[in-house]
Amino acid sequence: MSELSVNHLLGIKYLNQQDINLIFETADHFKEVINRPIKKVPSLRDITIANLFFENSTRTRLSFELAEKRLSADVINFSAASSSVKKGETLIDTVNNILSMKVDMVVMRHPNPGAGVFLSKHVNASIVNAGDGAHEHPTQALLDSYSIRERLGEVAGKKVVIVGDILHSRVALSNIFALKLQGAEVKVCGPMTLMPRYIEKLGVKVETNLKKALEWCDIANMLRVQNERMEISYFPSTREYTQQYGVNKKLLESLNKEIVIMHPGPINRGVEITSDVADSNQAIILDQVQNGVAVRMAVIYLLASKIKR
Amino acid sequence: MSQKLLLSAKEIDIILHRLACQLIENHTHFKNTVLIGVQPRGKFLADRICQILRDDYQVDNIQLGYLDITFYRDDFRRSDKPLEANKTHINFVVEDKRVVFIDDVLYTGRSIRAALTAVQSFGRPQEIELLTLIDRRFSRHLPIQPNYRGRQVDAINQEKVKVHWTENEGEDAVYLVSQ
Repeated sequence: MSELSVNHLLGIKYLNQQDINLIFETADHFKEVINRPIKKVPSLRDITIANLFFENSTRTRLSFELAEKRLSADVINFSAASSSVKKGETLIDTVNNILSMKVDMVVMRHPNPGAGVFLSKHVNASIVNAGDGAHEHPTQALLDSYSIRERLGEVAGKKVVIVGDILHSRVALSNIFALKLQGAEVKVCGPMTLMPRYIEKLGVKVETNLKKALEWCDIANMLRVQNERMEISYFPSTREYTQQYGVNKKLLESLNKEIVIMHPGPINRGVEITSDVADSNQAIILDQVQNGVAVRMAVIYLLASKIKR
Repeated sequence: MSQKLLLSAKEIDIILHRLACQLIENHTHFKNTVLIGVQPRGKFLADRICQILRDDYQVDNIQLGYLDITFYRDDFRRSDKPLEANKTHINFVVEDKRVVFIDDVLYTGRSIRAALTAVQSFGRPQEIELLTLIDRRFSRHLPIQPNYRGRQVDAINQEKVKVHWTENEGEDAVYLVSQ
């Protein structure tokens, strides 16, 4: 087993193909570990990890915490809502205070794009980006690709369409980087108001017709409309959005093939995806969640192995 | 670098048969016994022992698994080389079973220490024994000794004992390699 080429996981764009392969191979081992009667290994007994969440999260936070605990790391949790950030402390001060308590690794979610990169330049700890604004969410993209690999054998050559609110989505951006790096074809689909300008420069095609996009793809990754990030209205009504870009059973049955449905969660049932689709065998949404723990264990293990004693 | 032949293919074959017979002596029908090869190198020896038990001594229904110890090792972040994980394949319960660990070379005992911890993730065995082809004497860091031993070897720390298997290296042989 070789090493990761990076000391932090700040975004998929800093990784290479070998890094992704190494993370997936390591995750395979951890997936076996988390299916044992005792799901814990002692590797990271002498590592302390701080989970800093400056933005709300359920799945990612639980998944990281579980991954860290399954590796036997000591974990401290921090959420901005109940901290001195509210009293005006800067990010570097907050993190340096935490690091002075001998913390080795920081997992951070932050509303500002680039917060992870900024931190990695100013503090002495391994940084894992758990989502920075509308920029990147690397572990989500890794677990998405890992789930595709698990379901369809490999990612290379597969056709993936990412549907929905591309403009506000860090999941979309990280997925585009990850899928392109592994040789998949990527399309994005959604209303033009939710499509970033120049998105084609990343080597993806834009499709505004959902039916056409689904007929083309092997996998559809359905994104949530991020109302909390919208200051203006990007489409007339939720009902109209659902009519144009919502996936339902009837639409899937009208295709001439069976495609795989993914969703990073949280699902807005009845908006971007109906319940009968979300709960069908075509959907691998809960596999994604289970794989999230194994992939995050792999990332943390590989980064920790580079921390000098 | 020079190497000296410690065991030839013929000698290994005789030793493997003896080890198989010693296992039968203690475990008879292997009803409550499971064999576990310690990854990566113990897998080959475990496969051989298992094959001999089946083909030459008609012991059927042997439960054989492989255990990877990478995440249980005590040299994480201490060794220069990144640790390389292998597949664990144990599709049986070890709870209340008589477990026999199988590894090719017993040296410091640290791998077996890791294996003792690792196997607990699969349940609480009734007992654990250790079978090893080569036992390097006077080099143990921990109080661990084999129950079944192929050959005892005296080697100094700068020397390496290398076990070759036909299925992996193209020949059955054990070499003492000095730097």
